[in-house]
Amino acid sequence: MAKIIVVTSGKGGVGKTTTSAAIGTGLALNGFKTVVIDFDVGLRNLDLIMGCERRVVYDFVNVIKEEATLNQALIKDKRTDNLFILPASQTRDKDALTQEGVEKVLDELSETFDYIICDSPAGIEKGAQMALYFADVAIVTTNPEVSSVRDSDRILGILQSKSRRAENGDSPVEEHLLLTRYNPTRVEDGEMLSVADVEDILAIPLLGVIPESEAVLKASNAGVPVILDTEADAGQAYDDAVQRLLGKELEHRFLQVPKKGFFQRILGGR
Amino acid sequence: MNDACFQLKGSAVSIIVLELYHYSVPSFTELLGDKVRQAPQFFQQSPVVISLEKLEETQSLDFASLLEICREFHLQPMALRGVPEHLLASARDCGLALIPANQRNSTELDTRQTEDQPDAQAEVVVKKIVEEKLVRRPSKVITRPVRSGQQVYSEGDLIVMSQVSAGAEVLAEGDIHIYGTLRGRALAGVTGDTNAKIFCQNLSAELIAIAGNFILSDSLQNKCWQEAAYISLEDENLQVRALS
Ligand SMILES: Nc1ncnc2c1ncn2[C@@H]1O[C@H](COP(=O)(O)OP(=O)(O)OP(=O)(O)O)[C@@H](O)[C@H]1O
Ligand SMILES: [Mg+2]
Repeated sequence: MAKIIVVTSGKGGVGKTTTSAAIGTGLALNGFKTVVIDFDVGLRNLDLIMGCERRVVYDFVNVIKEEATLNQALIKDKRTDNLFILPASQTRDKDALTQEGVEKVLDELSETFDYIICDSPAGIEKGAQMALYFADVAIVTTNPEVSSVRDSDRILGILQSKSRRAENGDSPVEEHLLLTRYNPTRVEDGEMLSVADVEDILAIPLLGVIPESEAVLKASNAGVPVILDTEADAGQAYDDAVQRLLGKELEHRFLQVPKKGFFQRILGGR
Repeated sequence: MNDACFQLKGSAVSIIVLELYHYSVPSFTELLGDKVRQAPQFFQQSPVVISLEKLEETQSLDFASLLEICREFHLQPMALRGVPEHLLASARDCGLALIPANQRNSTELDTRQTEDQPDAQAEVVVKKIVEEKLVRRPSKVITRPVRSGQQVYSEGDLIVMSQVSAGAEVLAEGDIHIYGTLRGRALAGVTGDTNAKIFCQNLSAELIAIAGNFILSDSLQNKCWQEAAYISLEDENLQVRALS
């Protein structure tokens, strides 16, 4: 039985797809057979960030409509063993995903995979609800600003009331907070909420804090999940988050403004 | 068996009372607009009684415009209360029910009735309404946070063992206890129980209401803000006190 993880946020552009690619890759690197599914029908950019856009033949909607088999649609990642991508369609509209259809695909994937990562579209409407409906675990991706936190709170309410687990009265969806695009300098200047502020408002366990980092943009332009950039702070922070997801206890890093080194101080660089 | 097509019953309904002090179209529109914008859901299609008991001496009152403005803001005027003698004729023209000035409580009503008209039958009816038994409804216990966009209603007391987020709303016919931070709205005594109270570990609410009397966060800032507090209704005023 696979564990189904939804990466969700409510608000758009907070880093869901970046996170889905990173966490999916991280789990695969740790030996778990993992598939990342793009639920953002009509926009499709998971395959770009994972660098397999030129290998897309069939997509999620084709499989649901039984125009292709799962094996035909799944793309095996070239760099990382155990990692697969089920891309979204760029041409179809959002209503192409039906609950029965999604359930069938997830059931079939469950037989052979350890983890299924669902990259949710933005919003709190049908598309986002479809992505989270079958989840066992939710990674609530949040930026340290009021509107993103408020949307995450709404998504948590939906997880509590409209997921399959909620409807069946099963144990609730496991909730994790992932704070992304965290910029300690702007937090110090009072322009962004601090980790403590967000934890206080959302009251769910903190899975990780991903710093705002140029490495992320560089990685997505190159089509390489940022977790593979082991030099970069954002890559390391995602790796920590994966370890925590797997049960390890690690201290949170990258929460403070980096201290300037001796030479930087002398030269006045930043 | 039962072929009566209706039955008459006495019942107490909680209602918003709009107490008019003086009236001019621009200032009334502006103030009402402000109030409604602060708590739009609270006012949505709410029935209102317009009370003229405290109205300053005035020659005339433009009832038509008064009601029209109320309706524009989605209030539903039901009755006029305490209309002064000289305005009675024009008040009747607007078609609303006219009710006499406020009797403070039902006991007063009871004695007056017996003095004025010693009619045994009437006395019995009045007493029956007054003695209507309070049925204790079970309380509802919520163990997880009430999130933005969610609403919880209890027919008895409501106990939230976690927080109430901004944008969430908790309502109870009885008391409300929140063992966490209250950032959203809490409305106790929603069917008119003026003895209802609200208790919370951390008062950061958007709105607090007891039996239809409400205050918004702006007016909460200077008393126990972000501290443990309880709120009760005293003489139609909400009192905030520290929980210590
Ligand atoms: N830690 C980070 N540091 C810097 N930039 C980031 C970081 N995380 C994400 N970004 C950038 O933010 C933008 C949005 O990221 P992403 O596409 O992952 O968000 P999303 O939540 O999936 O968006 P959508 O709601 O549109 O699906 C991208 O340009 C990405 O490079
Ligand atoms: Mg995305």
